[in-house]
Amino acid sequence: MSEIINVKNVTYTYDDEDQRPALKGVSFSINKGEWVAIIGPNGSGKSTLAKTVNGLIEPDSGEVAVGGLELNEKNVWSIREMVGMVFQNPDNQFVGSTVQDDVAFGLENLGIPREEMLERVRTALEKVNMLEFAEREPARLSGGQKQRVAIAGIVALRPDIMILDEATSMLDPQGREEVLRTVKEVKEQENLSVLSITHDIDEAAAANRVLVMRDGQMIQEGTPETIFSYGEKLVEMGLDLPFPERLKASLKKEGIDVPKDYLTEEGMVDWLWTYVSKK
Amino acid sequence: MMEKLIFGRYIPGDSFIHRLDPRAKLMGAIWFIIIIFLANNWLTYVLLTVFVLTAVKLSEISPKFFINGVKPLIWLILFTVILQILFTSGSTIWFRLGPIVISQEGLLNGVFIFMRFVLIIFMSTILTLTTMPLSLTDAIEYLLRPLAAVKVPVHEIALMLSIALRFVPTLMDETEKIMNAQRARGIDFGEGNVYQQMKAIVPLLIPLFVSSFNRAEELATAMEARGYKGGEGRTKYRQLEWVSRDTMIMVAFGLLSAALLVLRT
Repeated sequence: MSEIINVKNVTYTYDDEDQRPALKGVSFSINKGEWVAIIGPNGSGKSTLAKTVNGLIEPDSGEVAVGGLELNEKNVWSIREMVGMVFQNPDNQFVGSTVQDDVAFGLENLGIPREEMLERVRTALEKVNMLEFAEREPARLSGGQKQRVAIAGIVALRPDIMILDEATSMLDPQGREEVLRTVKEVKEQENLSVLSITHDIDEAAAANRVLVMRDGQMIQEGTPETIFSYGEKLVEMGLDLPFPERLKASLKKEGIDVPKDYLTEEGMVDWLWTYVSKK
Repeated sequence: MMEKLIFGRYIPGDSFIHRLDPRAKLMGAIWFIIIIFLANNWLTYVLLTVFVLTAVKLSEISPKFFINGVKPLIWLILFTVILQILFTSGSTIWFRLGPIVISQEGLLNGVFIFMRFVLIIFMSTILTLTTMPLSLTDAIEYLLRPLAAVKVPVHEIALMLSIALRFVPTLMDETEKIMNAQRARGIDFGEGNVYQQMKAIVPLLIPLFVSSFNRAEELATAMEARGYKGGEGRTKYRQLEWVSRDTMIMVAFGLLSAALLVLRT
């Protein structure tokens, strides 16, 4: 598998703040078609890291390469064409006056001819199931719908990488589920690589690999199963416990001997009924 | 309080006026405001009134909205009309009480001024009620385009306008929320004397101001991430289409202007 994002030893300090760097020698890479989640407590530098990937922030030192191109002043716009970003606040990233105008915004920036734009906007809206809302204004959409429009705006640009910068953190559970489902579908159809920054365990569980950050450094890396088996330590990492883990913790308190490994919900159900029937 | 704002209140519909090109409507409305000053006798005012009422009819919008458009300005209109009546000197005196003189010319002038106000308001109401704010900005951008030759940043102005319009409802929602949040903490809006009322606005204004800065920054980041580099090399998703009925409207305005020029005294 080929690497599509390669971040080497990146350091960055916001100049107005005290001397604490937001990123301290961070290195990681993402393979093509992979879904990587970055988790960590507030202020651990996750969002800063996401912004360095498409050049919204220029690192003080270190190297960033996307799709084989090194990030520098000359390449930054070509890299931004490869990287689509969905931000946290659905309202503040909605540029267009209506849904279709917003989806078209990125295409307009690239100077795509109008006939092709009409086609691309249509298919992108279809992919996120928002076609019937094409004429709507943002004020009349729910948060989840706005984020789906933001995803459509990225899909229309046909990027290689989609970055979700806490894209589901301001949504209700239903909107969150909607957006995650859309991301999964789009990822499969378009063969995208996804980098998601999140506090949401469902989102982290959907990833192929989880990176844990703290104080501007990468402290853990592994599959969701390995990371989730840390149990109580997850809370310190800024994540909720997944439901099976919470159940295990409660059972342990009752004096029941629970398995150490991480179990999914189905795994937990399996273990429970074997445990009960053995008794 | 937001319901009273007539500006930006678009009423969806599919009438003849709704389907006109926004450029035709915008140019027409502006042109109308210019030529209304040509009218100076009964005949010309009747002509203008018939023209406007036809437009109102064609827009298929309930007259209620037009009356509501006049309401906020009614005191200004009455004040101007009364001044006109009292201070126009004329030869045919109808009524005299000490220094107050009401002449036939004065009354006539008052009525004309009244008509002028109402017709202008009706015309601009037709424009705002039948045109989506978005199409209006498109029209403004198109009509300003010649100014790009003298270094006016037309694209930037148009972008600013469309972003501003897009954020009007969002910011109104937020204003409402902040007001309620401050009310819950014991602030009385719209009560007390003028000074107290002004002071109560501060806890509303400052949070709104600060959050606008945050919004602006996030929006700018999102725009940049989506490849926005400025006006150059951009294509446009929306396209305005000028058809024969738009030319027809322009011809109608031309005929109206000619008639006014002939009939005025």
